[in-house]
Amino acid sequence: MSTFADAFAAAASLVAQGDARLYAIVALSLQVSLAATAVAALIGLPLGAFVALARFPGRRAAVAALNAMMGLPPVVVGLVVYLLLSRAGPLGAFGLLFTPGAMVFAQTILIAPILAALARQTIEDAWAEHGEQLRSLGASLPQAGATLLWDTRFALTTAILAGFGRASAEVGAVMIVGGNIDGVTRTMTTAIALETSKGDLPLALGLGVVLIATVFAVNAAAAWLRDATQRRFG
Amino acid sequence: MARPILPLVLDRVSLDIGGTRIVSDFTLRLEPGQRTVVVGANGAGKSMLLRLCHGLVAPTGGSIAWNGDPAGRQAMVFQRPSMLRRAALDNVAYGLKLRGVPRAEREARAAEMLARVGLSHIARRPARVLSGGEQQRVALARAWALAPEILFLDEPTASLDPGAARAVEDIVLAMASEGTRIVMTTHNLGQARRIADEIVFVDKGRIAETAPSDRFFTAPATPAARAFLKGELPW
Repeated sequence: MSTFADAFAAAASLVAQGDARLYAIVALSLQVSLAATAVAALIGLPLGAFVALARFPGRRAAVAALNAMMGLPPVVVGLVVYLLLSRAGPLGAFGLLFTPGAMVFAQTILIAPILAALARQTIEDAWAEHGEQLRSLGASLPQAGATLLWDTRFALTTAILAGFGRASAEVGAVMIVGGNIDGVTRTMTTAIALETSKGDLPLALGLGVVLIATVFAVNAAAAWLRDATQRRFG
Repeated sequence: MARPILPLVLDRVSLDIGGTRIVSDFTLRLEPGQRTVVVGANGAGKSMLLRLCHGLVAPTGGSIAWNGDPAGRQAMVFQRPSMLRRAALDNVAYGLKLRGVPRAEREARAAEMLARVGLSHIARRPARVLSGGEQQRVALARAWALAPEILFLDEPTASLDPGAARAVEDIVLAMASEGTRIVMTTHNLGQARRIADEIVFVDKGRIAETAPSDRFFTAPATPAARAFLKGELPW
């Protein structure tokens, strides 16, 4: 128990003193997960809207696939991206393996289906409410999609924050494709895994505190946004 | 000038959904320059008649023929106004935006339309927090801004209090006086008398009777219409 208390005190002082090593790791983690969230949103939200509004053969299978892909195991995504990016792989020529770019790639694949699936449900519900009016006004499918993506922007922001939370908390994919190289591809989660196995508990715990605080802040922001916009816009 | 879109002719229109016959025989001719009110019991097919005419639902049998191309020349107002999460003014301007009207022009026109429905003071308020009556007037302004040649209204006052309902009626009559053909459903016979010069009576998925308003209420021709009026009117 005293180990825990000691480690916690040491962690607190690392956070408070602005330990350079700790903050470099935090900064890289946030950069990677934010970039992955941005790319995943650009792909996932329009894709979700398309699946929600378009009528095409195999649509039900597409919806089922999107929902199933929300639960992709990060290590498997990491493995697949590793194979794609390795020297002999189809994307090997880009030399991305063991760079932050590879981690963004892997996390994008991990969370784009989450954003697409949540957007699909949100847009489908909005269509149930506005569909007849939009058709009556003569909106084309892309126009209706764009209108409803904007109309559900607050619900979608919550979905985006959920995606960011998932990206910043996963360890399997970034560990495999990033390699956990000190100062280059070491994120909060990979560092926690490594430092714990090395026995450097203060750094691991300090990073754990920052990671939990980040996830809490994201969820609090999501809840606040939902309530505030509900009151403001109905 | 394009060909006038009216008359609209429905010839033995039928509709099956999932093997169930919803509409069995809609035959109707809508001429220019009248205010038609569609009455009938709940589930008789009033709303479906409007949706078929407006093109929201495709018939499974029969034909619906406009005299001219109706694309962009008709509008519809629904029982529950669908308001987007944006200001009232932007909801009114939205239909114009879809038609490619430049921003400055559509905002000026939307502001003018909001003024005509008496809502200038709430132009910048988020539309979804307005009262039901205000939302329906925004929906009417949105339809009016498109200057439709024909406007379909599906029970536009069904969930409104009497004051708000009268405000909606006044707007509908104002649009009619400017030349918009009105086709409206209601279950309020007082309202039907105030608005209609022609009544279409729908019964069990068929158009049972079409008559000038005066004659329908004083001397309905069919037993079904007589029973309907007797059941609906307390006197």
